[in-house]
Amino acid sequence: MGIQQIIFLLVVLVTFRIAYKAYAAIYRNIRLGKDRVIEGSEAARWKNVFLIAFGQKKMFKRWIPAVLHGFIYVAFLFTQIELIEIIIDGLFGTHRFFLPFLGGLYTLLINSIEILTILALIGTVAFLARRNLLKVPRLVMSDMNGWPKIDGNLILIGELILIVGVMTMNGADVMLQKIDPTHYHDTGYLAVSSTLAPIFLDGWGQDALQVLERFGWWLHLFAVVGFILYLPLSKHLHIFLAFFNVYFTPIKSRGEMSNMPDIMGEVQSMMGITPEGEVPEMTDELPDFGANDVTNLSWKNILGAYSCTECGRCTSECPANATGKKLSPRKVMMSIRDRATEIGEKLDSGQTKYISKEKAGETVLTADNFDDGKSLFDYISQEEINACTTCNACVEACPIMINPLEPILELRRYEILTNSAGPADWMPMFNAVENSGSVWTIPDARDAWTADVEES
Amino acid sequence: MAAENMQPEILFWVGCAGSYDARAQRVTKALSTILQNVGIDFAILGTEESCTGDPARRAGNEFIFQMTANQNVQTMNMYGVKKIVTACPHCFNTIKNEYPALGGHYDVVHHTQLISTLIEEGRLTIEGGAYKGKKITYHDSCYLGRVNGEYEAPRKAIEALDGDLTELKRSRANGLCCGAGGAQMFKENEPGDKRINTERAEEVLASGAEIVAANCPFCITMISDGITAEEKQDEVMVFDISELIVNANNW
Ligand code: SF4
Ligand code: SF4
Repeated sequence: MGIQQIIFLLVVLVTFRIAYKAYAAIYRNIRLGKDRVIEGSEAARWKNVFLIAFGQKKMFKRWIPAVLHGFIYVAFLFTQIELIEIIIDGLFGTHRFFLPFLGGLYTLLINSIEILTILALIGTVAFLARRNLLKVPRLVMSDMNGWPKIDGNLILIGELILIVGVMTMNGADVMLQKIDPTHYHDTGYLAVSSTLAPIFLDGWGQDALQVLERFGWWLHLFAVVGFILYLPLSKHLHIFLAFFNVYFTPIKSRGEMSNMPDIMGEVQSMMGITPEGEVPEMTDELPDFGANDVTNLSWKNILGAYSCTECGRCTSECPANATGKKLSPRKVMMSIRDRATEIGEKLDSGQTKYISKEKAGETVLTADNFDDGKSLFDYISQEEINACTTCNACVEACPIMINPLEPILELRRYEILTNSAGPADWMPMFNAVENSGSVWTIPDARDAWTADVEES
Repeated sequence: MAAENMQPEILFWVGCAGSYDARAQRVTKALSTILQNVGIDFAILGTEESCTGDPARRAGNEFIFQMTANQNVQTMNMYGVKKIVTACPHCFNTIKNEYPALGGHYDVVHHTQLISTLIEEGRLTIEGGAYKGKKITYHDSCYLGRVNGEYEAPRKAIEALDGDLTELKRSRANGLCCGAGGAQMFKENEPGDKRINTERAEEVLASGAEIVAANCPFCITMISDGITAEEKQDEVMVFDISELIVNANNW
């Protein structure tokens, strides 16, 4: 086994170890949420995965970013084939393992990757410009201050490194094919490398080229490893989770707010109605209604938060945000992710100071006895959630089917039902509906308007 | 018009705004006029109708929602209601999408859907002329459009008026909210740069239309207020589609 193979194996093993922990933590954080039934048939949800996740259908509401993002996305998909080869070559010390099997097809494949890589380069540079020079409003708003802004740029720089790695590797390789064809098999004419390499690498000796080829190969590998380890910290996690988020998006009317069966049961029994279906028993202890933390949101909401690309399409369509209110649906999703991550890290710390007072007898910190004295309201203010018109523009805008409205409404439910807080202006409306069956308290009969109609 | 002992074709769900709000009452009357003129036998629940509960539920008050909604479901089930028409997209949405979970299963249409079907079937004809050459724009309400996916029916009805339909910059799935939904109608705005209805009114004014066709009593109030705030109320008028039809036909 060559030294390179040993280093490769070590790198892969260490990456897997660290990555496993990080991804397992994310899975655990998502599962902090409440159970939720996902409505809609598998077939319909798979259709969404193909059209909206793979097909990027909703991206095409905005053409320019859709095309640029498409370059990077398709390049990413294709490069996975090359990555498989890199892993095989790395483990077995082979060179371009697939080449003898695929022949002409291999040339076609590598050519596609090269062309896509150049397109991805265009996309990446354009995206850096949109963030830093053109300052597209949704990408530079205050939601993005601090880490999110750095994150957005780091990912793009990582992509540049990956592109440099791939192109250096191929460029040096085509030069070596001419010098040492027994080791460096003929890949056929490669659109980019075979054209550019002779210009840049003319006159380089075999040794220098070999070092350069290895440099490109390892750079490519390290860029990939870097991505794998970095994703759990980044909005770039969407490259995996978007598919899951779309698959788990229920197929149901947007107009239906989730029913609260225990309240329905209570009200129906008060009214002497025999409820349809099963009604959960009301316990003596008054349960918390709605959500004040990620643990009483559904796991789908948390999955959405970890899938969010922070693209801000939702916020840029939000009427409240557009008129200067504090509400930003993107920020709502980012806050849910931040809070879930915070709880996850505290759980990992195992510190017993996070065990809730009521369960002080327990000695091991778990998600069930966790209480750090904070809540999602430390991240999202009432001012934000109260400004929502439930217009669904954010739901419509999200390219990967995240629903920021659902958690907003759950927070409102907590505010009203559990905290008995909420805008004072709403109280007369609640009272009017309760007492006179109308949103306004008006002495007239509800059918008073018919008097004029019957006259005419 | 009471629902007792009658099995009318359709129940006209009037809603709180349609019952009590002076401006929305005119829409209620317009729709009644249309139904009477095409000979559709309809009923109202009258004093037995109660708020659908949409604003209470969206404000977060599930108790109030369940109380009023279950009462409505009971009333309608008792009368054996099957088909419902309403001129309010919020009532439409709640009855259609939220009452089934409470045991209320009805065939619900929004009045613009009914109107466009009646036009298609030839049961409702619109005498041309009144709006010839007039620039009419259409405001998609969130709950008929984006939430329930109905963009075409109201447009078909407007086209039948023979006016000149001009789309707003943000329309259909991208339509801008009027600012009333989610119980915003009943409270002051959070601090910000401007009101949402002002933003929408500005877009209406930019379109150069003289008439705004709407399909929701709350949108009508919001957009009218926005236009009045810009002191353009004499140049741009906001109407429900049913009112435009009644006016065109001189009913
Ligand atoms: S539903 Fe609420 S958060 Fe979403 S766009 Fe509309 S106002 Fe903004
Ligand atoms: S929720 Fe969707 S639209 Fe909004 S920032 Fe995240 S990915 Fe973009």
